[in-house]
Amino acid sequence: MATKKNGPVIALGVVLGIGFVAPLLAGQPLGFFLEVTLGGLMAGVLYSLVALGFVLIFKASGVFNFAQGAMVLFAALALARLAEWLPGWVGIPAGLPALALAFVLATGIMIVLAMLIERIVLRPLVAQDPVALLMATLGVTFFLDGFGQTIWGSDVYKIDMGISKDPTIILESMFQGGILISKEDLVATVIAAVLVLGLAIFFQKTATGRALRAVADDHQAAQSIGIPLNRIWVIVWAVAGFVALVAGMVWGAKLGVQFSLAQLALKALPVVILGGFTSIPGAILGGLIIGVGEKISEVFLGPVLIKAFDLAGGGIENWFAYVLALLFLMVRPEGLFGEKHIDRV
Amino acid sequence: MRPRNIGDVILDVKNISLSFGGVKALQNISFDVKEHEVRAIIGPNGAGKSSMLNCINGVYHPQEGEIVYQGEVRRDMDTHHAAESGIGRTFQNLALFKGMSVLDNIMTGRNLKMKTGILAQALHLGPARAEELREREFVEHVIDFLEIQAYRKTPVGRMPYGLQKRVDLGRALAAQPKVLLLDEPMAGMNMEEKQDMCRFVLDINDEFGTTIVLIEHDMGVVMDISDRVVVLDYGRKIGDGTPEVVRNDPEVIKAYLGVGH
Repeated sequence: MATKKNGPVIALGVVLGIGFVAPLLAGQPLGFFLEVTLGGLMAGVLYSLVALGFVLIFKASGVFNFAQGAMVLFAALALARLAEWLPGWVGIPAGLPALALAFVLATGIMIVLAMLIERIVLRPLVAQDPVALLMATLGVTFFLDGFGQTIWGSDVYKIDMGISKDPTIILESMFQGGILISKEDLVATVIAAVLVLGLAIFFQKTATGRALRAVADDHQAAQSIGIPLNRIWVIVWAVAGFVALVAGMVWGAKLGVQFSLAQLALKALPVVILGGFTSIPGAILGGLIIGVGEKISEVFLGPVLIKAFDLAGGGIENWFAYVLALLFLMVRPEGLFGEKHIDRV
Repeated sequence: MRPRNIGDVILDVKNISLSFGGVKALQNISFDVKEHEVRAIIGPNGAGKSSMLNCINGVYHPQEGEIVYQGEVRRDMDTHHAAESGIGRTFQNLALFKGMSVLDNIMTGRNLKMKTGILAQALHLGPARAEELREREFVEHVIDFLEIQAYRKTPVGRMPYGLQKRVDLGRALAAQPKVLLLDEPMAGMNMEEKQDMCRFVLDINDEFGTTIVLIEHDMGVVMDISDRVVVLDYGRKIGDGTPEVVRNDPEVIKAYLGVGH
């Protein structure tokens, strides 16, 4: 066994840890610090959701699915518009019942989409260079972005989950002014947690989950013991589509359904680099680290930088994730939980 | 001598030719395999032994000839269908799922037998759970049979080579194949491991009545456990018959020992 070179990773961890508690040491009130952290965690959960879609597909087929962001947008558009149209079509009451039915229909749409992608894009390209597959998903991205607008329209649409937008104040007795949290974020967090738990059980405990892991491990061997590759691919893309739908719903409810949702995929990229391309726990933890890191650095580091260097403003939120990912690529390219590939010579 | 109970022809290979570009891997090969027998394919390196197995389980599709399995002519079937119709196999270069535990690896071999829908599984419904338990019981049986109980939860990648070979065998066995193709099951093993593996192969043949087609380099092993032997050399068949017959065949001796021309 070669000894692991963990030094740089530990150093990076220590720096991040110090950076994390630095605001407290600098005398920021604990209540405010917790509020920012909590806000970061909730944003992080949403990053994790998008990253999860990447990881699922990468694990099962080795394809880096650039279209995950487009799938989030497409699913969110389908959900928002169907929820809007359904009351007129079938006389179902608007609001939650319409949203629930729209969710079921949108799930169906994502499954059909998965089948089409497998049949039209993946199957003809099987055994091709990974770059060819990446380019193919790039094509799917642009197609879905455009086609989504063709069907569903290109305005900003609302998804109303029936949760009040008013923030809630908790722990008022402990901290002066309490801690402000948004109910919507809280619901999103619970939804994400349930989804992740469900996926974990599905992957670990069911025959289909086992087949998925087998395909991810060695797809030729999987095929020769009778696991049908094509069906497995449809299943992962459908599951990734479902994850995209859930991500689209919570992001859409928060920000409105609009083209910028597709850009979220780019945020998921540093998340998977951090967590490891093949690890579901990695995607989740990576999302949380980036969510919190962004918020902390934006709120606390920003003003310090502005003062010290006489800069114009913040914007740390926009680059923090990428710089962190870059550092990780240098010290631990396989990510926190990714599989390290050791080729025997 | 073990009691033999050999049945009719289950697998009939007729005039198979396979080439890759200009390389003729197999030329006009014919032989049959009878139910419940242990049939060996031997030959020097590059003789086309693995190619032959790959034709039988659908990895390669021979340009000429046909393979009749259980009375049906199969053309261009893929590996998945071969597995479904009862042809299991192990691999020369292990193709196990290295990151998964022994139990999970062998359970994947059982996947074919599992019928509940993906939705029932995802929702963890009663029938799916009951099925999982039932199949698990069978797999535990296979694990006991192969004497790898202690490694049940160990990721396969961390196990010694000889034991990985056993897991490979277990995964194939879990599907309860009618015909089991073993590609060099004893390659790279020491004497003791080879003896264990021989015992397992014979036990599988005796207890489950599984027909076995195996490729092996070790002539001693082949002569001990096979009922009949096919000998290939440079893609051609140069011998076929019981171990005694093959052992004394001048063509075979020439291919193995080399004779001055």
